[in-house]
This record gives sequence, structure tokens and C-alpha cells, in this order.
Amino acid sequence: MRAFTRAFTVLILIFLYIPMIILGIASLSSGTDVAVFKEFTLNNYGELFRDAVLLPLLLNSVILAVSSSLLATVIGTAAAVGIHRMSGRLRSITMTLTNIPLTNPEIVTGVSLALLFAFVGRAMKTNNVMGFLTLLIAHITFNLPYVILSVLPKLRQMDIHLSEAAMDLGCTPIQAFFKVVMPEIMPGIISGALMSFTMSLDDFVISYFVYGAKYITLPVEIYNYTKRPLQPKIYALFTLLFIVILLVMILMNILQARDIKNRRRIRPPDIISKLRRAGS
Amino acid sequence: MKRLLSYRLRRAAALFMFALILAAAASCAASKDTSSATINVYNWGQYISDGSDGYIDVNAAFTEATGINVNYMTYESNETLYTKLKTGGSSYDVIIPSDYMIARLIGEGMLAELNFDNIPNYQYVDEQYKNTAFDPENRYSVPYTWGSVGIIYNTKYVKDVTGWEALWNEDYAGKILMFDNPRDAFGIAEFMLGLDINTEDPASLKAAADLLVAQKPLVQSYVMDQIFAKMQREEAWIAPYYAGDYLLMVQENEALAFCFPEEGFNLFIDAMCIPANSENKEAAEAYINFLCSPEISGQNLDYLGYSTPVSAAKEYMSEELTQNEVAYPSEETLERGKIFLTLSTESTQLMDSLWLEVKTTDSSGSYLLWGGIVIVVIAAALVLIMIMRRKKLAKRRAGYKK
Repeated sequence: MRAFTRAFTVLILIFLYIPMIILGIASLSSGTDVAVFKEFTLNNYGELFRDAVLLPLLLNSVILAVSSSLLATVIGTAAAVGIHRMSGRLRSITMTLTNIPLTNPEIVTGVSLALLFAFVGRAMKTNNVMGFLTLLIAHITFNLPYVILSVLPKLRQMDIHLSEAAMDLGCTPIQAFFKVVMPEIMPGIISGALMSFTMSLDDFVISYFVYGAKYITLPVEIYNYTKRPLQPKIYALFTLLFIVILLVMILMNILQARDIKNRRRIRPPDIISKLRRAGS
Repeated sequence: MKRLLSYRLRRAAALFMFALILAAAASCAASKDTSSATINVYNWGQYISDGSDGYIDVNAAFTEATGINVNYMTYESNETLYTKLKTGGSSYDVIIPSDYMIARLIGEGMLAELNFDNIPNYQYVDEQYKNTAFDPENRYSVPYTWGSVGIIYNTKYVKDVTGWEALWNEDYAGKILMFDNPRDAFGIAEFMLGLDINTEDPASLKAAADLLVAQKPLVQSYVMDQIFAKMQREEAWIAPYYAGDYLLMVQENEALAFCFPEEGFNLFIDAMCIPANSENKEAAEAYINFLCSPEISGQNLDYLGYSTPVSAAKEYMSEELTQNEVAYPSEETLERGKIFLTLSTESTQLMDSLWLEVKTTDSSGSYLLWGGIVIVVIAAALVLIMIMRRKKLAKRRAGYKK
């Protein structure tokens, strides 16, 4: 039985990762044909880094991902704290509402956002409303639930009396939040931020509907290339993107593992001294 | 600890500020663009010479010549362009749709009339590409490229292709590829039947659909750009596709040949237009004028492999390309070429639903069968698991009672 489950796991992993491995191999081949490996070369990577079109677009995507995930993290953390303090009924209603963007088909979100932006643009008497700002708003919208969902459990794990104790010792509510609550939920905030960074970096469907004449992201641009066969340098780009995402995910797991370790080691005197210092 | 905390906070705040500054800078850059001379060009992906492989970088050359900046964006189909324009929220100054889409845009009043005083290079455009069927008085468009759809086949396996019926030849069963879009596929069937390719008669469309259904058992797959790989690798022997793309394929596999079918074939023209809501019409006209100049058109299309509507441009192109019968067929051949016009909404919908029928008939049985089997197996497994759980629970409960 054990051998069977092991084989099954390996099989699943192979299925999950074989497309990426093939892409990586294709990016190292000198031919354009994925099915035939001609000879080993790094030319595709060289060509990619000399490309004047793709690299600025990659920068576009990264700027968008960084700013949208940071803003979403700030807003999402505040929202999570608010939701955490709500009482039963209201809380479940709010949770359902915030989770809708997560489960809603992306294409529906994309089209409705595009319509909204076009409507606002018409009201503002400009026909150039689509651009960085609309992409940013759209990305924050779909990133929010991820941040909220990763911060809320941390808030639940936290001793509810901690911030009360901090305030007893002289903190204002805001000080109590920044000095006591935030460090406690930091792992949740970081994993929320990383998660939304990756979601934002590789989003295609929603961006496709809200990009404008001024700002386009990499995935959307590459989709526009598919009328003709993709150039091998794009395989190289995808391989690099995959590696970046992989590293971010590994980082996230390490952070979580560390957090669990710390949690086990937590000693009451440590918390008391922390509170005392926070209050002083 | 306190110090660490405030450091963290400060760092978070700094990061946040950084993001805000970035956002502000980006929106500033965006607003600056509209005030100075920048035009938004919206073109097909990979459809301009961009400076790779030592060819000209058209947009950079334009900025150098006129001082107008180009903000270059791409789309992947005429329909995407149409939706983007229709949704609104972004304005473009130059767009390059295909013939039938231009007719549709004109019909809906979405294009601006061009001021040909600003486009003196229009004089170089060949007469046959002026006053075309989609823009009869030639007020809205200036041709960018043209090309034709024909049959690409591998001479090792396929002999004597003269017309579309080769795509229905049972000797090549399983080695035939077909267009994966209704307009081109129906066009081929209509040529076979001797019908007008712009017909809106439901009975004719139905007849074309029947012909496509009859072809289906022979077709390996319905594809677009996978045609490149499949033909070059000889996984497929015969396929309809664009002449310009054939020229790229033949560089990889010399056994490939091209045929202009005798029943007639689709001739397409992609032309430059200015949307009605353009904010920089004069700069856009300057761009169109620049792309029309023989020197630029020649160097640009030398890279693209499609055909130029400006004969004087051939001077700037490699002779290999201009002498090529596939890129520049004889007048006699060209007479068989027909241009797609826009169809009414009802006809388009009828064609779409007939196409869906073509693609789902007959093999849909096996898809349904397999899908059904999978669902039944999963459902059975779920039910089994639930029953077993119940039994276990019941046993446990019985154990407690004792």
C-alpha cells in the first residue's frame, strides 16, 4: 500500500511538472521545434536579454505586481482585522462578499470591470481611461481575498487578550496594533503579499479586458503573438518566470515552516517581556 | 525587540511609499504622453519589422524622422480589436484591421475619414488596391499588406494539387489540416461548391456546412498556428494557409509547395485606418504616410514576408522575395482571388452555429462516451467511499454502546 501511494505521488508530480520541464528543455535547444532537440545552447536566453520589446513589458508586469500586491496587503490586512472583530452574522456575510472575487469566473470579473471603467471614463469625458490605474485597481480587487484569507487565521490563532493586555500597560489602540498584533500576524501578511504578487504577475484573463493603449502586461502581449509560432526566446522567458515563481513559493514555505517552529518554542515570559517593553 | 519592530515598520512604510511613487510616476508618464505628440498604434502581434535580425525598426525610424513618439500595442485577431474599440476606455490612433472588419467598422461609423493631403505617399499605392470592395470610395483606409490563402502541401506525399478538392481526397485521410475559424473554412467549402464567398443565403451556408461535415473524418485536426510545426515536421501533408506564412515554412522544410486553387481563393488586404475617437489624427496620418513610403514599406515587408501594395517598394526588398510566384502571383492568378466582405449579424450567427455543429458532430459521440464513463466512475467511487464510511461509523458506534 505504501509503495502504491508513493508511486501515485510521484506520478502526480510528474504530470504536474512535465510541461514545465519540457518548456525548460525547449528553451535550451537551438531549433524552433519543441519536439526535436537539436543542440544545447544558451542563445535563446541571450536573445531574450537583448530584446527591446519583451524586457520593458516584463518590467511593466513586475511594477504592477509589486504595487498591486503591496496595496492589496495594506488594505487586506486592515480588512482582516475589521472582519476579525465582527460578530457572527455580519462576519459571515462579509466573508462571503470578499470571497466572491475568488470564486467568480475570472472572465466575468474582467468583463464587468472593463464595463465599469468604460462607464467611469465616459462620465469623466475621457476615452483613454484604461491603463496602469485600471490594471492596478483590477489586480487589487482580485488580490484582496488572498490577503484576507491568509491574515485571518493568524488573527484567530492569536491570543485575543494580547492587545487588551498591551492597552492595559499603556498602549493606545493603534500602538497596540502596530507593536503587538502586527508582529504576531506578520507571517500571514507576508504570505498574503507573496501570494498576491504571484497571482498578479501571471494574471492574464482580467488584465486582457482592462489593459489600455498605454500599459500592457507581459502575459497579454505574449497571447497576441500566438498567431504565428512562438519564438524560442519566449520559452526562455517562461522558464525564467517559472523559476522566479518557484523561488517565491519556496520562500513562502520556508517562512511558514519557521513560523510553526517559533510558535512551538514560544515561552510565556517572552510574551510578558514583549508586552512590558511595548507598554513602556 | 522594539528597535527591530520599528525597523520593520519603517521598512514596510518605505516599501509602501515606493509603490505609491511608482504608481504616481506611471500615471504621470501616462498623462504626459497625451499632451506631447505620441500616437497609439494598435496592430497584430508580430506584424511589423521591429529591428530584430538586422532589419529596420520601423517605429524607431518614424520617431527619428518626425519626432512623434509611438506607443505600440498589439492584438491577436480582428475580433479582439473590435471588442476593444467597442468597449471603449482606450483610444487608438492607428489600427490595422483586415478587409471585412474595415467594412464593419465603417458601417458602424467607428472610423474617421482620412485627410489624404497629409498622406502624399498614397500616390505610390497600386491602383488595384485602391477603391476596394470594403471601402469603395477609399475614404477610410490605406492598404498595409495583402496576401492570399492557398494550399500548402508536402511534395513527398502529395502530388498534383490543383484545387480545393485535394483537401477532400481520401488518400490523404488523417494527414489533412483545416482552418480553425468559420470564415476561412466556409470560404473554402463555398469555393468548392462554386458559391459566392460572401453569400448570406441560409441554404448555401447549410450546403457548405454539409461539405465540411463530409470532410471531417479525413481531417487530422482544426488548427491555426500549429500548422507551422505540423507541416514542417511532416506530421500533416496538406493544409490551407496564408502565402506569407508558407514562405516562412519553406525555409524550414524544402519539400513544401504552395498552390493557388483553380476554383478561386481568398485574397485579404490589411489596411491602416484611424478610429473616429482618435485624439492625434494628424500625427496618425503622418504615421500612415510614413508606412506607405516605398522605402519603408519595402524594408518592413521584406522582414514580414507578406506582399506589399506599393510596387515601388520592391526596389528595397530582396529579389528572392519579389520574384517569388507565391508572394507576387501573376495577374492571371490574382483574378481568381476574392475578398471577404462583412456579413450581416444574422448570417455571422448562422455561420457560427453551423460551424459549431461541424466541429461537434460525429466525434462528439466518443467525447460524450468518455466523459460519461469518467463521471460515472468518479460518482461510483464517491458513493462507495460514503457507504464504507457509514459502515465504519456504525461499527464504532456499536462498539461504544457495548
